[in-house]
Amino acid sequence: MLKDCCYINGIGSVSIQTSAFDMFKDYPVPLQRNNKPVHPSYKEIIPPAMLRRMAPGIKMGIFAALEALRDAEINEPDGIITGTGMGCLLDSEKFLEAMIENKEQHLTPTYFIHSPHNTVAAQIALYLQCKAYNMTYSHGVSSFEAALLDSWLQIQNQFANYILVGGVDESAPIFDALCVLGKTFKNPNDSIDFHNPISDISCRAEGANFFVLSSNKKQSSYARLTDISIYHNPEDDFQKMLDEILTRNQITRKEIDIVFLGYNADVLQQKYFDNYASLFSNTALAFYQHICGSFDTASAYGFRIAAEILRKQIYPQSIRYNDVCPKKIQNVLLINQANGYNHSLVLLQSC
Amino acid sequence: MQGVAVTGMGIITSIGLSVEENYQSLLQKKSGISEASILKTFHANHIKIGEIKLENAQLAEILGIPEDNNFTRTSLLGTFAALKALRHAGINKINDMRTGLISATSVAGMDITELYFKEYFHNPSIRKYINSHHTGDCTRKIADYLGIRGLVSTISTACSSSANAIMLGALLIKNKILDRVIVGGTDALSKFTINGFNSLMILSDSDNTPFDQNRKGLNLGEGAAYLILESWEQVKATHKKVLAIITGYGNANDAYHQTASSSTGEGAFLAIQKSLEKAQLSPEDIDYVHVHGTATVNNDLSEGKALLRIFSKVPPFSATKSYTGHTLAAAGAIQAVYSILSLQMNVTFPTLNFNTKIKEFDLTPSTDVVNTNITHVLSNAFGFGGNCCSLIFSKC
Repeated sequence: MLKDCCYINGIGSVSIQTSAFDMFKDYPVPLQRNNKPVHPSYKEIIPPAMLRRMAPGIKMGIFAALEALRDAEINEPDGIITGTGMGCLLDSEKFLEAMIENKEQHLTPTYFIHSPHNTVAAQIALYLQCKAYNMTYSHGVSSFEAALLDSWLQIQNQFANYILVGGVDESAPIFDALCVLGKTFKNPNDSIDFHNPISDISCRAEGANFFVLSSNKKQSSYARLTDISIYHNPEDDFQKMLDEILTRNQITRKEIDIVFLGYNADVLQQKYFDNYASLFSNTALAFYQHICGSFDTASAYGFRIAAEILRKQIYPQSIRYNDVCPKKIQNVLLINQANGYNHSLVLLQSC
Repeated sequence: MQGVAVTGMGIITSIGLSVEENYQSLLQKKSGISEASILKTFHANHIKIGEIKLENAQLAEILGIPEDNNFTRTSLLGTFAALKALRHAGINKINDMRTGLISATSVAGMDITELYFKEYFHNPSIRKYINSHHTGDCTRKIADYLGIRGLVSTISTACSSSANAIMLGALLIKNKILDRVIVGGTDALSKFTINGFNSLMILSDSDNTPFDQNRKGLNLGEGAAYLILESWEQVKATHKKVLAIITGYGNANDAYHQTASSSTGEGAFLAIQKSLEKAQLSPEDIDYVHVHGTATVNNDLSEGKALLRIFSKVPPFSATKSYTGHTLAAAGAIQAVYSILSLQMNVTFPTLNFNTKIKEFDLTPSTDVVNTNITHVLSNAFGFGGNCCSLIFSKC
């Protein structure tokens, strides 16, 4: 299926771990029920006047994007593609609250103009003065994967050589409280157990993870993005779906060295990931949401970890979900879903 | 064959609940701009909107959705139009080939969230709507209603969203990732967007007047439209009638300002230029343009400049937001339906409420129904964040 190869050449992140966190030797900061990102210093890259009115998603996004570009040694990409599950939630909430409180009167537009889901991609374009392709996907837990699929299409069709792609999600106090009511996020008293969860919701966090994808392979490229599949609702066909992507790339299940699963300490989600895990007996299973927390584009953090492992060829202790140790690290499959919906499969290979 | 085949379309706007009704309204210069009667807003008396005069319960009933649903208005409108598009393309078995849905929305569940934002905390009976807020839920509702199980995603690039969805759909077909894809977008009216645009002072207090010197801003509207795109293999195998082909698409960013368009129309210019390159057409090949034409001072000036940069002689152009209002994320798909109608019927549609040319340039929109041979139509959609998308539809 793949004509031109697509390599991961740069990575940039803001997460709930400090920027010094090195998963190959450090223990991650333990997850809480509600987690805030460790914001880097933004003032070197964003003027203070702008910074004051910038929501966390935009700041994190610009920072992570610039890091990824610097890592890839690129000044301007040929496309900017973001995925975000909830979009610019904080400014949406602020405008909404003001509108309700003030009974639709005396409103200022600042929060409204930063409320659209594409604001992060737009602000990065504005920052870089980048007039190229610009796109935003907002579809729950497969938002980042849709952005990846588009990036891959842009490169494969030779519309672009360098795509800046990322996942970003922020939180907002009232929406967060609603998510607890709507049973998406954990109550303060719920337990956190990624192996035997008993409560039915996950641990809220924020984050931005950006990447430079390119058809040009470098000495320092992390990994090759080989294929992506997204399925809305495979029901019992998840095995068929899995075999499809593997067959397409002439790989057997046994040849997958590590499977990354989006385990998120939610008892209702456990069975879906366990189902996938059961298809990979004797394969190393990895998890990552105990490090980055849960948000719609948390899988972009998993993507980051997988890319780093493929380059370094070391399988760190902190992300091992089972006791299997891979004999080699060549083929890595990332699997995610939520409540049986929005399944995604992303195949990464060493390069 | 160059391009991607369109085999069905469905639409719901304030000027009609079907493709035919929309077509008749366009021919008869029947505007859908009215006073708000369904949406309850403080601004009801001093703005006009393109409102679909059906309550949510009526839409649900038409669709046979049980009363205890948690559909938002955006999802209801989207489901309505997507179902019509499927029927139009004669599709009964949705999963007999690789079928996807790429839907666009910007408002998503905000129409419900803004009603219950505070009440959720003390009224458990309405909490079923909490998880209907996000954009992905809106698309999921449509996918589940239609029984789609394959590739489904949501694009949210403000007012260019559904044009981008059509572009992505074309790419998915071309790259043989899907055999068939439903593409388009939906947005309902909401207090959130009305107050947002009002705070930006770009809402008109009367009927909007695109490309007029005395334009006062936009009317917000609501609606949904979807196209069915199919691979040529499927078209041949089923001997299906092809309504039009998508030959060009281009996406660029103005990179000028979060909400305002540049005075040179740079983003628009680049998007149109890319779409022409993709279609391998020169500007002279374009017979008709569906402009974004929101009737704000800024947009029409910027878009006009872009047209003058592209075309040595600007072809006939129309701004159909004078009928429907600005339907935000749905606008690009609604214009796509109108573009395809103009190709099929060889007709240009009137722009309503036009009186005086904008003094900065010599551009007059089409104000009458004109029968003329149309082979290639350009359709523009621009949005907040500098997002610009242009599509070219061609006769099969």
